[in-house]
Amino acid sequence: MLNVSGLTAAYGQVTAIRDISLAVDAGGILAVIGANGAGKSTLLKTIAGLLPATSGTIFFDGDDITRRSAFDRVRRGIALVPEGRRLFPSLTVQENLQTAFASKRKGAWTLDAVYDLFPLVAERRHRRAGNLSGGEQQATAIARALVTNPKLLLLDEVSLGLAPAIIADLYARLPDILAQGTGILLVEQDVSQAMKVADSVHCLLQGATSLTGKNLTMADISGAYFGVDKK
Amino acid sequence: MNLLEPIVQGILLGGLYALFAAGLSLMFGVMRIVNLAYGDFAVLAAYGSLVVINVAAVNPLVALVVVAPLMAVLGYVLQRTVLQRTLGASPLPSLLVTFGLSIIIQNALLLFGSADQQRLSLGAIDTASVELPFGVRVGVFPLGVFVLAVILLGILSWITARTQYGRLVRAVSDDPDTVTLQGANPKIIYGVATAIAFGLVAIAGVAAGIQTSFSPSSGSMLLIFAFEAVIIGGLGSLWGTLGGAVILGVAQTVGAAFAPAQQILAGHIVFLLFLAFLPNGLSRRKVRA
Repeated sequence: MLNVSGLTAAYGQVTAIRDISLAVDAGGILAVIGANGAGKSTLLKTIAGLLPATSGTIFFDGDDITRRSAFDRVRRGIALVPEGRRLFPSLTVQENLQTAFASKRKGAWTLDAVYDLFPLVAERRHRRAGNLSGGEQQATAIARALVTNPKLLLLDEVSLGLAPAIIADLYARLPDILAQGTGILLVEQDVSQAMKVADSVHCLLQGATSLTGKNLTMADISGAYFGVDKK
Repeated sequence: MNLLEPIVQGILLGGLYALFAAGLSLMFGVMRIVNLAYGDFAVLAAYGSLVVINVAAVNPLVALVVVAPLMAVLGYVLQRTVLQRTLGASPLPSLLVTFGLSIIIQNALLLFGSADQQRLSLGAIDTASVELPFGVRVGVFPLGVFVLAVILLGILSWITARTQYGRLVRAVSDDPDTVTLQGANPKIIYGVATAIAFGLVAIAGVAAGIQTSFSPSSGSMLLIFAFEAVIIGGLGSLWGTLGGAVILGVAQTVGAAFAPAQQILAGHIVFLLFLAFLPNGLSRRKVRA
């Protein structure tokens, strides 16, 4: 479904990711891991279209979308849950979810369906998004992305700044999302959390791929994660 | 001295100022653009109506039906082609560009028209009046403008609060990048907001042209009144804007009741008092830079 090859992107003169190639299938889940500043969020932003690729290609459902605008990608079925949640603070929770109707995509994820998936979000629906706890904000941000009925869901650091119980609760929803045939590409600093849910893992080190594969051991990963050669 | 009469007149005058201020407030609220050419676009609409009236021999309200949609289209095109390029972290480019537009419009109007004062006329309605309780007589036309202003602000505030477009308008003023992640194109949201603002300014310009008079250079005074109404009312609140416009109108007419030559000054003084003691305006809402 998603095929990225040789993707390079930069902030001004500074190259943030170099020559990244990866693929995500419908209903599949790939975790991108790496230390702070490894380029994980940049990778997701580039796939979502918030940052232009300087070279390489992004194919989605067979179409080259490398030069497409971010909103066009959403209409094709790519949804990003951005770093820091980025809810609209002056809108209520429900209004935040309703903004996703702009994607004009129909599917299983109606407002009622996401409220069923996240009862906490349903409870807070009339509250302003600026007045939510971190966990509520993250759940709302995922719910908002789901309302665009994505074929591919990009999750950026779901666990950041949240209590372990809340993180576990959010990750417990992923199987329901995958069950709709949605592919997930998630970025995570918490390696053990990522390994628990993901079929395969893609490790970034200083903007480049350092390791990729399935059923990796922690020892393989720690080498690739920190850039230390195995002895 | 009977102050009831000037107060009522001032409230009605506030309706006219609210029409001006609403579009200015909308453009600032959504795009953070301070449109310095706003008053000149009002004058442009009034001249446009004059042309339609001369060509088709219709009354100004019929001309407005032609001019307001044309101004809305002009606003959309202007936003997409010119103003969009001025958006960014710094407010300076949009200030410079709209200031330039202001000069261009004033001079173009001088070139194609003349520096004379012009008026639009509705015939007998211009001078018709009705008697309200307590013996206050008000003009039918100012009363109509006030009612129209309340209706239009009501519609605008309903659109902002209840429709999908309104939600996206509020969302885009929070965070444009994240709006694109919902599948919406902020440029179109901006274009439509500018179209609405320009439609409103056309209505306000024609109403002002009937109620008072206009010349190629009268736009800057209209801009100042609109600004003052927005600041007194508090940025980003439509009903605050109406309140601000009414306060400004009342300040002017009450001031004029004491010293007829100092009508405008009285409005400015009240505005400065608000700036000094209630800088966030009536609605007291803090605005993010």
